[in-house]
Amino acid sequence: MAVDLSPIDEGLLAEIANLHGMPKGAFNIRKDGELVERHSSAFIEISTKTDVPGIDIRIAPGTKGETVYIPVIVTQSGLKDVVYNTFYIGEDCDVKIVAGCGIHNHSDQASEHDGIHSFYCGKNSRVVYVEKHYGEGEGTGERILNPTTNVYLEEGAYCEMEMVQLRGVTSTVRDTNAELGADAKLVLVEKLLTHDRQTAESNMKVELKGEGSSVQVISRSVAQDDSVQVFNPLVIGEAACRGHVQCDAIIMGNAKVKAIPGIEAASEDAMLVHEAAIGKIAGDQIVKLMTLGLTEEEAEAEILDDFLS
Amino acid sequence: MLELKNLVFEVPADDGGTKRIIDDLTLTIPDDRFTVITGPNGGGKSTLAKLIMGIEEPTSGTILFDGEDITGMSITDRAKLGIGYGFQQPARFRGMKVKKLLDIAAGKKLPMLACNEYLSKVGLCSASYLTREVDKSLSGGEVKRIEIATILARDPKLAIYDEPEAGIDLWSFDRLTETFRDIHAARDGRSIVIISHQERIIQLADEIVLLRNGQVVETGTPEELMPKLGFAARGLDDYGCPLSTPTELHLTEIPTTC
Repeated sequence: MAVDLSPIDEGLLAEIANLHGMPKGAFNIRKDGELVERHSSAFIEISTKTDVPGIDIRIAPGTKGETVYIPVIVTQSGLKDVVYNTFYIGEDCDVKIVAGCGIHNHSDQASEHDGIHSFYCGKNSRVVYVEKHYGEGEGTGERILNPTTNVYLEEGAYCEMEMVQLRGVTSTVRDTNAELGADAKLVLVEKLLTHDRQTAESNMKVELKGEGSSVQVISRSVAQDDSVQVFNPLVIGEAACRGHVQCDAIIMGNAKVKAIPGIEAASEDAMLVHEAAIGKIAGDQIVKLMTLGLTEEEAEAEILDDFLS
Repeated sequence: MLELKNLVFEVPADDGGTKRIIDDLTLTIPDDRFTVITGPNGGGKSTLAKLIMGIEEPTSGTILFDGEDITGMSITDRAKLGIGYGFQQPARFRGMKVKKLLDIAAGKKLPMLACNEYLSKVGLCSASYLTREVDKSLSGGEVKRIEIATILARDPKLAIYDEPEAGIDLWSFDRLTETFRDIHAARDGRSIVIISHQERIIQLADEIVLLRNGQVVETGTPEELMPKLGFAARGLDDYGCPLSTPTELHLTEIPTTC
């Protein structure tokens, strides 16, 4: 069933997936719990799940240089949309997946989208995943996004995930789980900005199961106003592996940030490191940019912009 | 032209009173002039530079820039008037690329070629620096040279450099001295004030200002002042630094359990 896109919808799509009009190649656009348009390509097949709401995306082995778009938009208040998207990525692929959810809520009722994304990455495949979450609308209704991301990397697979939530999401609980086989590598980058009275919780559990597997977790966040953020990244090393967790937060106003990076080793050859830092914008950064002609406000905005870039 | 009139800067002292860092200082820096401010540590050099940029506010006195009273003006407005400042210990920015910082300094998007030229003038001869982040992944000397490059890109009417040589290796220092010599040669109405202890930078000056205890002790050309500074370095006359009484050590306050 096709649904027409309004200017608000198009604005949301541009914000979360940098989409202007329908993309080329494989895509699936979902609005208010319904399919807007779908397109499979020669090597990427998208089909509706039969047991739960959502889609299966099957990428044929050896597919290279293709991008799949699966954005979701919610403009209806009072809607709770739960969707399961499962990616089966064949061996030796090199693909990019662009997901994301934009909520426009103009009323006083809550809008919620919970996306459960699972990735099965075949041997030696390379996947870049980009997910942007964004909320807008003049209503007082809550905009809630609770994504769950599960990643399974087979031998030699490489996956780079960038998960970004920059504005307008009232509350989020993000769960990310990963299991890595031998020589697999995962780079998890999370960027969060919360403001007003928003809350964000991010839980990550990365299990390094195979010899030579490695993970790099980079979390950068800005907490403004009265917002609250909690980070719980955990890396477990069960073989000769390498793991690095880095949580870096800028705190402003009356915000609260709690970072509890964890590492667990069950192999004497596991090399795991974590670091966490929370602090306000350094005064010398603002002063430097002011000596280059920026106002204090412009300097602050520039520093945050770069920090989250 | 920069005119400092009866400038005083005081900070609260340990005994509850105040301590004068800049003591009734009057100094004029004309256009087209290469001035080096030198003198012993703690003499007020960096404070003076910060007062000119507006990073510190004077207790009393006036600062005029091209005839305009800028004493109460913000850092931003002074920057817009054409005052630039190269920090002794530059700030680092997570996530900011060198290219972006140079663009901000220049106030416009710079062509790659121009960026590379600024970097090579400070001895960073690799285009790969442009995409590096100005964070702790760069060494102290690299950050320092990028700091100087931002002032070159900004090209202010009055550039103040606070100890540009500090933290820079000998080879890069050679390149830097050359750059300052070039700026000097083609200064085109612009003034440069460098705070420095380096003989080779001091030699480039049109005028040397010797600052001690927050006061201008002497001004003059390198020919006039260099011999005296030489003596000072060897501590042979009253330009030398007198030995101060060692501060009392409170051994009980020093933790011995590390």
